[in-house]
Amino acid sequence: MSIAPSDSLVKISNLSFAYDSRPVLSGINMEFPRGKVVAIMGSSGCGKTTTLRLIGGQLKPTQGEVRVAGEVVHKLDSDALYALRRRMGMLFQFGALFTDMSVYDNVAFQMREHTDLPEELIHDLVLMKLHAVGLRGAHRLMPSELSGGMARRVALARAIALDPMLIMYDEPFAGLDPISLSIVGELIRKLNDALGATSIVVTHDVQESLKIVDYIYFVSEGKIVAEGTVDEIKASGAPYVHQFVWGEADGPVPFHYPSSSSYGEEIMTVARDQGAARG
Amino acid sequence: MFQLLSGLGSRVTGRIWRLGFASRFLFATLLNSGMALRRFNLTIREIYFSGFLSLIIILVSGLFVGMVLGLQGYDTLQRYGSSEALGVLVALSLVRELGPVVAALLFASRAGSAITAEIGLMKATEQLSAMEMMAVDPIARVIAPRFWAGVVSMPLLAALFSAMGVFGGYLVGVVLIGVDEGSFWSQMQASVDFKEDIVNGVIKSFVFGIIISWIAVFEGYDSEPTAEGVSSATTRTVVTSSLAILAADFILTALMFRGS
Repeated sequence: MSIAPSDSLVKISNLSFAYDSRPVLSGINMEFPRGKVVAIMGSSGCGKTTTLRLIGGQLKPTQGEVRVAGEVVHKLDSDALYALRRRMGMLFQFGALFTDMSVYDNVAFQMREHTDLPEELIHDLVLMKLHAVGLRGAHRLMPSELSGGMARRVALARAIALDPMLIMYDEPFAGLDPISLSIVGELIRKLNDALGATSIVVTHDVQESLKIVDYIYFVSEGKIVAEGTVDEIKASGAPYVHQFVWGEADGPVPFHYPSSSSYGEEIMTVARDQGAARG
Repeated sequence: MFQLLSGLGSRVTGRIWRLGFASRFLFATLLNSGMALRRFNLTIREIYFSGFLSLIIILVSGLFVGMVLGLQGYDTLQRYGSSEALGVLVALSLVRELGPVVAALLFASRAGSAITAEIGLMKATEQLSAMEMMAVDPIARVIAPRFWAGVVSMPLLAALFSAMGVFGGYLVGVVLIGVDEGSFWSQMQASVDFKEDIVNGVIKSFVFGIIISWIAVFEGYDSEPTAEGVSSATTRTVVTSSLAILAADFILTALMFRGS
């Protein structure tokens, strides 16, 4: 996929981030073209969610920048950042629905906070959004009455409440049964195309992602180790991509947690300690 | 020795840092209180949860504290032949001290802990992050209404506690023991000063309301987003609030009633 600079809604340049002294991202570059669904994949703890938080302005980079719609996110003041966020939607890993509000009120939340629309119009819009995710009939339920898949779909309806230009998904497939997983995957693609939005999907679910995304970035230890279209990724011979796509237990990501001493030395140390304890 | 001093120093500086952070948090809450005051229905909803739902424990406790005061007060006063002053003793004890302090301690346990747990769980389940990403400031939308609800509820609850306590004292002193009803009420009316006693009591409970609400919302917002973190934050709210109430009560009493 060729990406002309003007086509990109989000552009990440030389981005680094560290929690205190622990580096999470090291000089990554990414582009997210308008109208496309792009996945960021990698094993747990590789910095995928951190990337989303940097795009949303919840974290500030230690180096480099994130541009969204031409604006450098970390340089925006609070009002400008909030104005930008009104044009973004985000689906959190487990939905993050407001537990003291019904499904209806969750979806209506942003409309009530950011617009002066009359309640009758909000009512129609909320039911439309819920209809789009197949949950129109569930608008009176409370979040505690929803299954995991339903909660994720309500959160999706809430994320698209104000027709955002950018939708970010943090592990949208985590913990879902195969049917819910397929429904959520399909919704991500359909809603993106219907709204003319751009979607960023952070996930480690390879098979579902390959069905719905246009482009994939693989991140490992804070760096991009591979990228490409679905066909390119499937055909890739890169060891990390191969291990990830085909779910191999050992490879560039080792099965064993690295140790400073050998297995034999550890056995001897444990035996010595036990002997000393017995007297 | 060096390690001991270093550990002590680290704990002290840690506490000072946290106090500084809590002060900035209070300042941010006050700055972002516009929504809580403009859309007062948000605050009223929280007054219902923290204030109205605390009524039972406040009223029942007030009644029993007043009844105990009636019994103990009569036992002491009748030794000096001044049992008709029972109404004064009950009313002044409640309005000046027991009303604001005991109601505040109960409010910290009942509502303060609930506020901390709720905010802590909202943080742990990413509801606060979600709100931020929806361009809604959680401090304005979640924290400020809960803070002001506590500040408004506390003086009202303390007043009800005192009123119920006086009624409890009346039940035991007049109805049960047989102290003269006219003396009970008239001496109370003559001795309890509106400004000196009642207003000062209200000021105390207002200050306690600020302290409890501040600690409760801060501990929730600053809690570790785990089950253990929320549990620790809830405990800290009750312990810190209780100690802060008692310390503040001493300072306020010293300022208000010295020489009177």
